[in-house]
Amino acid sequence: MADGAAHAHHAHGDHHHGPRSGIMRWITTTNHKDIGALYLWFAFAMFLVGGLLAMVIRAELMYPGMQLVEPDFFNQMTTTHGLIMVFGAIMPAFVGFANLMVPMMIGAPDMALPRLNNWSFWILPFAFGILIFAIIKSFLGIAEAPNFGWTFYAPLSTKFGPPSTDFFIFSVHMMGVSSIMGALNVIVTIFNLRAPGMTLMKMPLFVWTWLITAFLLIAVMPVLAGTVTMMLTDRHFGTSFFDAAGGGDPVLFQHIFWFFGHPEVYIMILPAFGIVSAIIPTFSRKKLFGYHSMVYATASIAILSFTVWAHHMFVVGMPLAGNLFFMYMTMLIAVPTGVKVFNWVATMWRGAMTFETPMLFSIAFVILFTIGGFSGLMLAITPVDQQYQDTYFVVAHFHYVLVTGALFSIMAGAYYWLPKWTGRMYNETLGKVHFWSSLISVNLLFFPMHFVGLAGMPRRTADYALQFADFNWWISIGGFWFGLSQLIFLWIAYDVCFRKSGTPATAQVWEGAEGLEWTLSSPPPYHSFTTPPRID
Amino acid sequence: MTEPVKHTRLVVRIVSIVIGMFVFAVFAMPPLYDVICDVTGLNGKTSNQPAIAEGVTPQNERVLNIQFLAQTGNGMPWRFEPGEKSVRVHPGEIKMTQFVVENLTDKTITSHAIPSVSPPQATQYFKKTQCFCFERQTLEGRGKKEMPVIFYLDPALPKEINTITLSYTLYNLDDLAQSNKNDI
Repeated sequence: MADGAAHAHHAHGDHHHGPRSGIMRWITTTNHKDIGALYLWFAFAMFLVGGLLAMVIRAELMYPGMQLVEPDFFNQMTTTHGLIMVFGAIMPAFVGFANLMVPMMIGAPDMALPRLNNWSFWILPFAFGILIFAIIKSFLGIAEAPNFGWTFYAPLSTKFGPPSTDFFIFSVHMMGVSSIMGALNVIVTIFNLRAPGMTLMKMPLFVWTWLITAFLLIAVMPVLAGTVTMMLTDRHFGTSFFDAAGGGDPVLFQHIFWFFGHPEVYIMILPAFGIVSAIIPTFSRKKLFGYHSMVYATASIAILSFTVWAHHMFVVGMPLAGNLFFMYMTMLIAVPTGVKVFNWVATMWRGAMTFETPMLFSIAFVILFTIGGFSGLMLAITPVDQQYQDTYFVVAHFHYVLVTGALFSIMAGAYYWLPKWTGRMYNETLGKVHFWSSLISVNLLFFPMHFVGLAGMPRRTADYALQFADFNWWISIGGFWFGLSQLIFLWIAYDVCFRKSGTPATAQVWEGAEGLEWTLSSPPPYHSFTTPPRID
Repeated sequence: MTEPVKHTRLVVRIVSIVIGMFVFAVFAMPPLYDVICDVTGLNGKTSNQPAIAEGVTPQNERVLNIQFLAQTGNGMPWRFEPGEKSVRVHPGEIKMTQFVVENLTDKTITSHAIPSVSPPQATQYFKKTQCFCFERQTLEGRGKKEMPVIFYLDPALPKEINTITLSYTLYNLDDLAQSNKNDI
């Protein structure tokens, strides 16, 4: 995709310096499209690494009893799988979309702080290099990798954490710095570089959702950094934030962690709402239904997300009033989310719909994300959560919102904008094969988890009781199938980005597409809008 | 490009939010949590200040069952047991009980006991006028000691509570200091 941009540059003008050649182009780049492409390829690489770890988990769980790995190694797999997927795949993919699309959607030449942008990307490979280094060492039997779950509850991660926990701490610090700088850049770009006439309430919904996401990142990533810093001082510098022996409290860890952690889950889903809100109107050939209510719903979800953190902790022994408060606040979030789902369905209603791959992924997103939302509502009910907590029901819930939610929206967005980025149409037949294969396998993978979870199968264990054996075999088959299906996408992306096959795309690409990005050529010029367009 | 836009002001504002949230997480949340625990009894932590039993009259018509638990933290080579498993008290009645400790090693060890009350709703009403948990306890090698707790229950204790468990975990303070030193 990047080379396409380079060609466009030569035709374009000569008072801007173009990209350098070779590897230095990518290391020194300050161009929003180059950095966006780096983010997306990095996220995809991490998605494959995290997926590989998930394959180990599913291979171990295919049959009851211990087969392939030791329980401790299994725990290292679940821990690193979670960390890599959350911080390495989903979040950088959305930052990649923001880099590529926000300047084009608001009529800006580039991001506001291009050098900071370069830095925020190039921190990431080092942050994840550290984590992956720990897991490779563990694989070679040299030292244990972090094994306390991606939520790293104290004292598992403080008193009982392996020495590699310090790798983990610094890795999280670096990811945090990267995310904060990325978010800062998005906010400054949106506030200062909008084209004349582009008022806030005229911004595309993807820009709105990212603006709100960026504020969430600014507010909670420092809290995460604070949490791991307190862990570090507890481990090495004699403090007792989370150690009861010194007057601290391990439950405090959970409060601080989830004060970060709950807004974090909206950081991973709000940009998904934005992507889907761009795609559904295009392929329904109608305006988005209820634009204003979408903006207000997004803002309400973001604000409410700061008042629900303790629904992750219903069993730590909070007073009844606390449990009730967090239960009702959590259920309240279903209202703005319901508004969004209603608006997407209303947008499709009586639209002239066609079903290209981005639309298929978006419709699957609406349906399957709603299923994940419903299981979330079930988990929000304090009395039943006492039974569901820490079972596969929870695993089913958050994979429905993160895989068929966030990840499906990323796939939808990638198919939707690939022709714009590369100037070539991807292979639509293969895209549809990828979609149907992913859709069937992902449900085979995650739907039975509801059943084994309700029947009491605990999460984060390498073995299980015999009655769960049949379901787990099917879940594993679904897992391998879903994992392999993603290689189809790898091929499709490689095909248009590097093999340069596919028919050339028009500027508008999709018949019903509206917005500034579709007024630029496909691929767009190296500096998106050198003269700001006028919006009336 | 059009005239350059100044980004500095906005960047400074955002960075100050970032710094503010970090400071909030590390320096404000832990003390705030302690205050909330003190006020609400959240998490069953009783006060580490002696209560003064003045003007409390026992309510003889109500009887509560108080259970005692004792456990040792990781790497604490002491025997630690309650003198009696449970007692029956009236709200407002001042009661004394003993906990027994024995150092099973030849070394002198300093320890600290951390209390916890269950159900947490009873925490604020569980008043201790004297407790070994208010200060550190040192035992010589093979030493043995009975440690008293004097407590009473505030008569305002909610009606639905009939049984209260008082649990202590004994931590090795020498070990804590030592392990921190070794790690550095």
